[in-house]
Amino acid sequence: MRTIKYILQKEFLQIFRNKSMLPIIFAMPIIQLCVLVFAATFEMKNTNLYIVDQDLSSHSRQIISKFEASPFFTIKHTDFSIKHAEDELFKDNVDAILHFENGFGNAVDKKEAASVQVLVNAIDASAAGLYNAYILSVIQDYNQKLESSIQTTIKKQAVQQVQNTYSHLFNPEMKYIPYMLPGILVLLITVIGLFLSAMNVVREKEIGTIEQINVTPIKKYQFLIGKLIPFIFIGFFELGIGLILAAFVFKIPILGSVWLIYLVAFIYLLTILGIGLFISTQTDTQQQAMFIAWFFMIIFILMSGLFTPTESMPEWGQKMNLLNPVAYFIKIIRMIMLKGSGFMDILKDLTILSLYSIAMLSFATNRYKKTN
Amino acid sequence: MKSKISITNLSKSYGDVQALKGINLDIEHGELFGLIGPDGAGKTSLFRLLATLLLPDSGSATLCGFDMVKEYKHIRNLLGYMPGKFSLYQDLSVLENFNFFATVFNTKIEDNMDMIRDIWLQIEPFKHRLAGKLSGGMKQKLALCCALIHQPKILLLDEPTTGVDVVSRNEFWQMLKSLKAKGITIIVATPYMDEANLCERVALMQNGEILSLDTPAGIISGFKKDLYAIQGQDIYQLLLDLRAYPYANSVFPFGQSVHYTDTREDVSLSELKDYLISKGQNKIEIKRITAGIEDCFMALSQQNNVQA
Repeated sequence: MRTIKYILQKEFLQIFRNKSMLPIIFAMPIIQLCVLVFAATFEMKNTNLYIVDQDLSSHSRQIISKFEASPFFTIKHTDFSIKHAEDELFKDNVDAILHFENGFGNAVDKKEAASVQVLVNAIDASAAGLYNAYILSVIQDYNQKLESSIQTTIKKQAVQQVQNTYSHLFNPEMKYIPYMLPGILVLLITVIGLFLSAMNVVREKEIGTIEQINVTPIKKYQFLIGKLIPFIFIGFFELGIGLILAAFVFKIPILGSVWLIYLVAFIYLLTILGIGLFISTQTDTQQQAMFIAWFFMIIFILMSGLFTPTESMPEWGQKMNLLNPVAYFIKIIRMIMLKGSGFMDILKDLTILSLYSIAMLSFATNRYKKTN
Repeated sequence: MKSKISITNLSKSYGDVQALKGINLDIEHGELFGLIGPDGAGKTSLFRLLATLLLPDSGSATLCGFDMVKEYKHIRNLLGYMPGKFSLYQDLSVLENFNFFATVFNTKIEDNMDMIRDIWLQIEPFKHRLAGKLSGGMKQKLALCCALIHQPKILLLDEPTTGVDVVSRNEFWQMLKSLKAKGITIIVATPYMDEANLCERVALMQNGEILSLDTPAGIISGFKKDLYAIQGQDIYQLLLDLRAYPYANSVFPFGQSVHYTDTREDVSLSELKDYLISKGQNKIEIKRITAGIEDCFMALSQQNNVQA
């Protein structure tokens, strides 16, 4: 015990004495949280539209006025030439073109099929999908009103339409901050945990101190525990800052138990640190460790469901995700924070994560060799 | 407990490079033993094997009667190892480093003060300074202290005086002598031939082999040829001319002069001088000298290369 205490003391001394790392460890999470939470959102605040109205009928104007009234759209130009419009789209001055051909209004009046052409800049596929969905929803809205007005003028019978209504459970206003913030919290802990631990043992190798440690009768597990605990503390500290910011600055209701979040974070950190230490024992320079950690980090995060739903991934991707600790933690922390899930609800995922952490830690301990 | 080291047929390769080729060596209890050889001779590999940091390909060694491979855990308690590269924590202070290593060896500084007092007194004024900010000599003293904190029976010092000034080097060797007096077996590796004279016995190493194993005096007396130091104005030209001389046995530059041995039993110095003057050399001075360890090493390594 005394040995572990001294290793801990040494690790903390070294962390606090490293004047360039300290601000990174403690300021980075706050900055990341504040920047990413506001910036990483899927809400389209402003779509620039180019309208080509060759019809100039009352119908086309009604649709255009709906776009004008919408806060999500800015109509940059209205013109007759589709060619000009395409030029503007090409120059990236507008995001989408709405094209009414001559005869659109007539067709509507005659109750024939009338079509509107929507051209969307799809360089950024996810943005294009959003433009499209927003534009379609405006046109859809118009369609429904039109249909009912046509039918009532004909006075055939009472209008029968199926209406969709939604209720967004657990995030009723579909806000992005409550959705993104828990995920970004996970990201923070992962960055700190994975990188610091991956760089740690290999740093001792690089500066040669491991040589002196290895000839001592110190036990492998003592050494590695001494390395793990400081990072768990740092991880907890970051999580604490994140949760405080979430509750008091971003005003996200934390429905579940904070203690449960910490329990999951503990097991999650063991997994991540296990991976980090494993990388550290297998590499010879900090540069190698950095690149390998970065490689795993990118895969873990992009596949984690932080930005894109995991359900939309191909099946092999979803299978691969069974090995992605980040995905488990993001899923669990969203459940606890937004849904108020309790221990029993997350038990299955937590069990998998626990097994994962045991596997990674024993792997890392096993691969750390004092003799080669 | 006798802190004897016996090495039998120890070999180690890294890929194609054979770092140690079947080393056999016995080092007695309380001996101050020197491993002398140029860089790449295999000194560090041998040390890392003895320090249980490497596993041998074949052969074995026992330290204090414990097998290097099977009983490495015992050895780690009995061994003080000072790697060639300064490997204490540079971002910890002298005292913090010291405390840390004491704890790792499950002991306390106060309990071992007797062993290290002389050295500790020299670094104590700097005890709150970061280890990375110490001078080269101070670093070595601190490293020695840390290697001694658990009162080892055997001390392995890998090039402890490389990069240290002459005064600190002398101090360092004085310390080793006083440690030896306390009954510790000390093995020092060094590329400096002049330090060989300070050891009781030395092994000259090259290319993973031991060329010669004896007391420094014994090694020097093994040098049978007459050795001459020749001085001239243009040392480089002198070297080339001497090598072209038909009776030249060995010619090596040595500071301001060239060390020369002849293939003949009786050397005619005047003939040699005439030859050099005919080559356009002037201000020639030829002196008979006694061989040093370095001359022996050069002669042995030349022999070895011819055989190989």
